[in-house]
Amino acid sequence: MAGEGEKKPVLEMVQADGADEGCVTFVLHDEDHTLGNSLRYLIMKNGDVDFCGYTITHPSESKINFRIQTRGGVAATEPLRRGLNELSDVCQHVLNTFQVSLRVRSEQSPPVSCREEPAINGLILICG
Amino acid sequence: MAAITKNVEEIRNRVILGEFGVKNVHTTDYPGNYPGYDDTWDLEKFQKNFRIDVVNLDESSMEFDMVGIDAAIANAFRRILLAEVPTMAIEKVFIYNNTSIVQDEVLAHRLGLIPIKADPRLFEYRNTVSGDETVEEEGSEIDTIQLQLKIKCSRNPRASKDSSDPRELYLNHMVYSKDIKWVPIGNQADVFVDSGIGPVHDDILVAQLRPGQELDITMHCVKGIGKDHAKFSPVATASYRLLPEITLLEPVEGEMAERLKRCFSRGVIELEDVNGTKVAKVVNSRPDTCSREVLRHDDLKNVVKLGRVRDHFIFTVESTGILPPDVLVTEAVKVLMTKCQRFLGELDSSEME
Repeated sequence: MAGEGEKKPVLEMVQADGADEGCVTFVLHDEDHTLGNSLRYLIMKNGDVDFCGYTITHPSESKINFRIQTRGGVAATEPLRRGLNELSDVCQHVLNTFQVSLRVRSEQSPPVSCREEPAINGLILICG
Repeated sequence: MAAITKNVEEIRNRVILGEFGVKNVHTTDYPGNYPGYDDTWDLEKFQKNFRIDVVNLDESSMEFDMVGIDAAIANAFRRILLAEVPTMAIEKVFIYNNTSIVQDEVLAHRLGLIPIKADPRLFEYRNTVSGDETVEEEGSEIDTIQLQLKIKCSRNPRASKDSSDPRELYLNHMVYSKDIKWVPIGNQADVFVDSGIGPVHDDILVAQLRPGQELDITMHCVKGIGKDHAKFSPVATASYRLLPEITLLEPVEGEMAERLKRCFSRGVIELEDVNGTKVAKVVNSRPDTCSREVLRHDDLKNVVKLGRVRDHFIFTVESTGILPPDVLVTEAVKVLMTKCQRFLGELDSSEME
């Protein structure tokens, strides 16, 4: 391809010839299960997505093959973009919630360092 | 019908610990899997169910609960805490004189593992040498910290003649991390005047010397991540466990209750006095270590149902001292956000072509 000054690729798209835009394999460079699994979870939660999965082609190479197959003629880059945005929103919300709970804790009675655990009796029901 | 609904709820929300295996491990609540449930991602629903409770916080470790999030994302945070939050650590060791019995490379390796108290957010990554250049980039004040270790062991002239204690006989025979001194370069002396830069702990033994041996070493610290080398990892460890859930299916009394109590960690099961007999009650399932000891007893194994709550994560983060643990968690979340933004930027720029 190009000469010596070429930038290393970060994201590539591989598409089978003749297939529609809905089935694409993205190659994400310098990534592993950290982004791969969390992104896969959020993209699977998208109703348009028929199939979503990722593989690490070889453990010595740090890149992942991320495949998205959509239903209904949606272009595959759209769920990817949406998944990335949603993951970003999740992180933002986690950050905000964490900061709030730290602030609440520091505003309460003076810092107690004794190991006092709140009586959380494990039943958390998620109402669907 | 009600039994089926309860079963479905259990499959969706609980990991079951059985005698021979663990069931319902994987997340299954994707859209289309369960009729009657709308599992499509909804940010508001997530925000409503999500909460963080900080249980313990001090300068070196913290324990907090993250409730309402999936394992994929919680694991991403854990992986980032271990391997992708940057810190400063000794990378280049210039050994001008080493007459100790510790070999150069062993000494350099030990020095690299010493945690250095310098806020990595105030430094930049060093530009890596590209293939064409043969001359290395000299470190500058924005990406390098220079440290020096210069120590010489000598005989103590005031020691008594017949003592055999090295502490009395020799001066400077143990080289500790407190002997590593910071050498400010450029404007670092002004920028870091309040918080000195140096090793986090003073009492890490680096090498041992005897009279006549000396060390004269200059070190350069750079910014790196744990993925590159474990010395850059900012946490002693970061781990999470799921909240255990213990349900008693039938009342357990008397001697069986005593044995049931001993099968779990202390504080999980307490015996209550009801009409003269002792009845077992689950008081707090959180401290349980889920050893499944109760399933080894034939008469007790059908009385108890052991499980874990699938979306309640009890995180424990122990910092090495470079950054406080709450800052580490914040940085880890920001790293994941940066990763997403990076790929979004790539997508946008490739769409425009």
